[in-house]
Amino acid sequence: MTALRRRKGIENTKNSENGEVKLDEESKKLVEKSKESFPERGLRRKWRCVDNCCWFIGFVCSIWWLLLFLYNAMPASFPQYVTEAITGPLPDPPGVKLAKEGLKAKHPVLFVPGIVTGGLELWEGKQCAEGLFRKRLWGGNFGELYKRPLCWVDHLSLDNETGMDPPGIRLRPVSGLVAADYFAPGYFVWAVLISNLAQIGYEEKNMHMAAYDWRMSFQNTEVRDQTLSTIKSNIELMVATSGKKVVVIPHSMGALYFLHFMKWVEAPGPMGGGGGSDWCAKHIKAVMNIGGPFLGVPKAVSGLFSAEAKDIAVARAMAPGFWDKDVFRFQTLQHLMRMTRTWDSTMSMIPKGGDTIWGGLDWSPEEGHECQGSKPKNNNISTTGRNSPRNSTDNPIKYGRIISFGKDVAELHSSRIERVDFRGAVKGNNLANTSSCDVWTEYHDMGIGGVKAVADYKIYSAGSVLDLLGFVAPKMMKRGSRHFSYGIAEDLDDEKYDHYKYWSNPLETKLPNAPDMEIFSLYGVGIPTERAYVYKLSPSGDCYIPFQIDNSAEGGDESCLKGGVYSVDGDETVPVLSAGFMCAKGWRGKTRFNPSGMRTYIREYNHAPPSTLLEGRGTQSGAHVDIMGNFALIEDILRVAAGASGNELGGDQVHSGIFKWSERINLQL
Amino acid sequence: MDSSIFLSFINHIKNLINESFDKMAAMFRFRKLYFLEPNKCSETALKTLNKPSNIDEKQLFQTPKVDKKDEKSLSNVEKDKEKPKKKSDNKKHAKEWRRMDTCCWLIGYFCTTWGVLMLMLNSLPSNLLFLRVPEAPGVVLKREGLTALHPVVLVPGIVTGGLELWEGKPCAEDLFRKRLWAGSFTEIFRRPKCWLEHLSLDNETGLDPPGIRVRAVPGLVAADYFAPGYFVWAVLIENLAKIGYEGKNLHMAAYDWRLSFQNTEVRDQSLSRMRSRIEQMYASNGYKKVVVVPHSMGVIYFLHFLTWVESPPPMGGGGGPGWCAKHIKAIMNIGPAVLGVPKTVSNILSAEGKYIAYIRAMAPGILESETLGFQTLQHIMRVSRTWDSVISLVPKGGETIWGNLDWAPEEEHECDSTAMKPLELSSGQKNGNNTERMSNFISKKLTKYGRIVTFGKAASELPSSQLPKIGTQDFTLESSSRMSNNSCEEVWTEYDEISRESIHQVAENKAYTATTLIDLLRFIAPKMMERAEQHFSHGIAENLDAPKYNHYKYWSNPLETTLPIAPDMEIYSLYGVGIPTERSYVYKLSSSDKCKTSPFQIDSSADGGGNSCLKRGVYLVDGDESIPVLSAGFMCAKGWRGKTRFNPSGIRTYVREYRHKPPTSLLEGRGQESGAHVDIMGNVALIEDVLRVAAGATSEELAGDKIYSDIMRMSQKINIQL
Repeated sequence: MTALRRRKGIENTKNSENGEVKLDEESKKLVEKSKESFPERGLRRKWRCVDNCCWFIGFVCSIWWLLLFLYNAMPASFPQYVTEAITGPLPDPPGVKLAKEGLKAKHPVLFVPGIVTGGLELWEGKQCAEGLFRKRLWGGNFGELYKRPLCWVDHLSLDNETGMDPPGIRLRPVSGLVAADYFAPGYFVWAVLISNLAQIGYEEKNMHMAAYDWRMSFQNTEVRDQTLSTIKSNIELMVATSGKKVVVIPHSMGALYFLHFMKWVEAPGPMGGGGGSDWCAKHIKAVMNIGGPFLGVPKAVSGLFSAEAKDIAVARAMAPGFWDKDVFRFQTLQHLMRMTRTWDSTMSMIPKGGDTIWGGLDWSPEEGHECQGSKPKNNNISTTGRNSPRNSTDNPIKYGRIISFGKDVAELHSSRIERVDFRGAVKGNNLANTSSCDVWTEYHDMGIGGVKAVADYKIYSAGSVLDLLGFVAPKMMKRGSRHFSYGIAEDLDDEKYDHYKYWSNPLETKLPNAPDMEIFSLYGVGIPTERAYVYKLSPSGDCYIPFQIDNSAEGGDESCLKGGVYSVDGDETVPVLSAGFMCAKGWRGKTRFNPSGMRTYIREYNHAPPSTLLEGRGTQSGAHVDIMGNFALIEDILRVAAGASGNELGGDQVHSGIFKWSERINLQL
Repeated sequence: MDSSIFLSFINHIKNLINESFDKMAAMFRFRKLYFLEPNKCSETALKTLNKPSNIDEKQLFQTPKVDKKDEKSLSNVEKDKEKPKKKSDNKKHAKEWRRMDTCCWLIGYFCTTWGVLMLMLNSLPSNLLFLRVPEAPGVVLKREGLTALHPVVLVPGIVTGGLELWEGKPCAEDLFRKRLWAGSFTEIFRRPKCWLEHLSLDNETGLDPPGIRVRAVPGLVAADYFAPGYFVWAVLIENLAKIGYEGKNLHMAAYDWRLSFQNTEVRDQSLSRMRSRIEQMYASNGYKKVVVVPHSMGVIYFLHFLTWVESPPPMGGGGGPGWCAKHIKAIMNIGPAVLGVPKTVSNILSAEGKYIAYIRAMAPGILESETLGFQTLQHIMRVSRTWDSVISLVPKGGETIWGNLDWAPEEEHECDSTAMKPLELSSGQKNGNNTERMSNFISKKLTKYGRIVTFGKAASELPSSQLPKIGTQDFTLESSSRMSNNSCEEVWTEYDEISRESIHQVAENKAYTATTLIDLLRFIAPKMMERAEQHFSHGIAENLDAPKYNHYKYWSNPLETTLPIAPDMEIYSLYGVGIPTERSYVYKLSSSDKCKTSPFQIDSSADGGGNSCLKRGVYLVDGDESIPVLSAGFMCAKGWRGKTRFNPSGIRTYVREYRHKPPTSLLEGRGQESGAHVDIMGNVALIEDVLRVAAGATSEELAGDKIYSDIMRMSQKINIQL
């Protein structure tokens, strides 16, 4: 209304030629704009425009303030009322429900955050980052990313040779629960779990966030920050003050990190923590891995290979010009790749176990999987649709080929593909003239011959992907191979396995000797998850990344191939196989990887997208991070923390084909 | 000062005028209008000039140069004369802008300007504004080659640490893990009652009330800033970081400062956590001993820790003798409240300090009449009386330390020499003061600081023989006849249970020393003292070997515990001097007998004249605004110096004082050479000392004691068995 009236007013003033702006208005403007005496008409026009602008801004501001005021004056429970009015009464959050049941805080709880979710703050920086002391560069609102992107990338990178701090820059993990409760404002990671634990009596003293610098290799966090020692002493303190063993809750890469920790803490110094062989048995009640990528994530391969994943491939398909033609001269992907390639930790997530686990050229454990059944945002199609008979007749998808060049190659039988071994290929001279490239990625050293050789090999399975990465990024892999290993141990008692580089690979370490400990694998299912990629050579040769996902490769509605990515069941990031195999088979019962026979449990949570917008990220989500707000998962954790054992939770809870797939994997146990 | 600023301002304006003729022309046009139609020109128009209007006029009429310029410009403008005339004619009809629109326009204008300014501020290189600020001590020392060596533990004091909510009543539903204390304090305004309820502790146990869990914020964020922009530890942390400190060798031992020290262990295991953290930092930093930096009450908290950690469990930490010797290199107490703070007494008695007495004097109505229905002081009193830690700050050592009715260690102190803000005294006044002081000096009237609380100004000056002698034991508690009718029950302070007669009796006793004061507190707040005295003691030990001193209640009193056996350890006392600090009070009975006011209040009318130490009912001495020199320095100057019975292993002690200098300009913020209790944490000299010790310097390199005040002489006067 006001706006309308206002417009009328303007017209009036326009109509009357000489304008009837009040004296004081006029004089105000005179003062503000007292620069020159404009020609009469132009002056009047201009001011009117400015006036309208000012008026509009003022109007918006006032309304904004009014709303803000109302929002602040609003009773805190108001949003809940609204939600309940629309969707009916909400279920109690699990903490409240269980507190009513009489559950009390019992075992101290240790959180181990995963990659990316933990905050990093600046302790020492270059000139360009002045004023950012102890401000978050990672996590929080990422304001600096927009203000000074190059400076930001500079500070987040690690040294290319050592994998430690570059000289003059010290970026350190934020400590305490704030490290990873929210990743960005409003985007929870651990916050929901923390508040539910608080409902049954947890507080700072019996909850600890084992924040670590997730960019570094696991052993380096100890070398630089003594993070592992800090975790050890914190666990010891919590056990001593409460008299109860701790329940550890790692998320995502934290699961690998804690695997490393369990081995480290019992190993003798100086490489290990010197806790003695029964440290874990004495201090740990249960490890509840949430979405743990024990055997790696195929996403990591595409991330390292071409700094892209499904999301970026989709973006590229939508706006092909944006990423390729470097209009803004940002070279976003290149910068991103250079930065992430300095992070050793990304290499901990390269698929482990090679062809035995992930499948060979013509075989893979998941090959019967049908994508239709697990189509996103469709709960109604339940398990019935999944195992329809047409699998056997159809040509099963060859998930084992993690990278293939060209869609046709991805589908052909291996005997009909001509492959040229790339390993001997000579790396030619520089692909591009280096002067034009601001960003140095190792691709520039590879030359045209190298790129062609890579493409000519056509198919890469989990085993040969390692060779591929070793070929395209020799420095990174050399650095990484000092800290991580991806094989399967022949003989676990071999002395070489005392080295820390094997500690985070479940197929090359034994679990500690702690028969009373329990290991849970909690993860979401029902979301298509990246498993294998169809690649092509980039059209433009200049200092771009020479490979990119071929987003034109589509398999049709029923197929698992979407935008160049084959997907399987999982939690959007980690395929079921990686999250579940160890608990389903590798560690189940007394095996050589689990000599003391500690009990393992698999608890899967079927993904159900939030039914309304008001629900936020959903209370039944199965997505990799959103699952931390899944009520069923939280309830399980609370029960265990309050003293329940795995059997009291109801043992395994499986929705996917994990047991069937594990069966197919032929691994010596 | 003022006139020079004004002159430069005028010059600035002249320059502006010289620079742009056109601009001036436009301005003049406007002025002309102004003179033609003074009524129509609104004030807001003038204000947009961003200068006070009177200056404008002055500039026009006083400085002839400008006038000339104006005339020149006038002639210039004359050519375009018609335009403004036209306008002014038209303007008379221009009434179409309605008030709403003008409002919107104004707001829009301000918003835009604000936005533009913010944008400019953001896009400015961050160092442009602060070019003149000298380099931080951390940078200077780094260039000298100092690097992080010893791990550092920071122990915050009372009030400065943040508290967050973990479980609350329905009224605080959405505040989970939000700060209730420190931070922005918005909740006070939004729901004051709820806020107070959550910050109170249980009146009986001194622990959490049922259904409420408020916990200390952990980590460096606990006390780096108290409120946005008001630093506590932040400057020190930043300077430590400059020489290489970071999370792994820098730890903030945050604890719930409302609890008694032993209760922080019982409820939160804070002492155990600090111990385990120190051990871990010691081990993981190449077996380097830690340097502990406590502030304010943190000093006695850490004193408690020292004895606790070596005592056998269950009461102690079981670290065994030698723990401190093994793990601690130095303790650098900042603004230590070792022997207590007289301020605490007035806080407990009437929930007021110098400032509140001052407010009361200025606007007598506000605090007494509860027009707002807040009963602010009473609420504060009730809440703070549930905090045991407050009692730890009651002056310790009784008359031996703080002086008796006729004697006090500071009695020769002259307030004028430490006059607070030199800006307030122009030179003329100073001369007058000097002569007065001379005359005063002759009469040699010594201030009787020993009387910490007196009723009436006269009583504070009389010789003791003329004071009435009523033993504090004679007070009778007639709980049957409550002085208040129950209607004003909202706030329960223990005063409600004291009869009117006994309040008069309290007042008739006239003067209380540090010793009798404790009896007074026991009388007026029996429950609080009963609770707190399980945790704190305020005496002087006769025989330190007596088995009773193994109890934790004595551990935070330096006069009743021995320091650990750690001959290599060093104890520093770093504090500011040169600020008048509350030392004793003149009280009166409240005029209104209603239950809603506390029966006692500081007699703000008691003023001792220009150069007296008595200001608005408060006697002042030298100190850092909160803690008198005596309390901060005595133990390091005498009680622990050399091998004494309090310091059996002869731990070396040092007193380092920092003379207060107020910030010279507004740009400096809270000053780089401040000596005030909290602001001293930004004092460059102090930071340098802390950094040097943390980087491995010994006391010799710091040059030992650095003393400005009379602490040595005062300590000399105190007759204590060592």
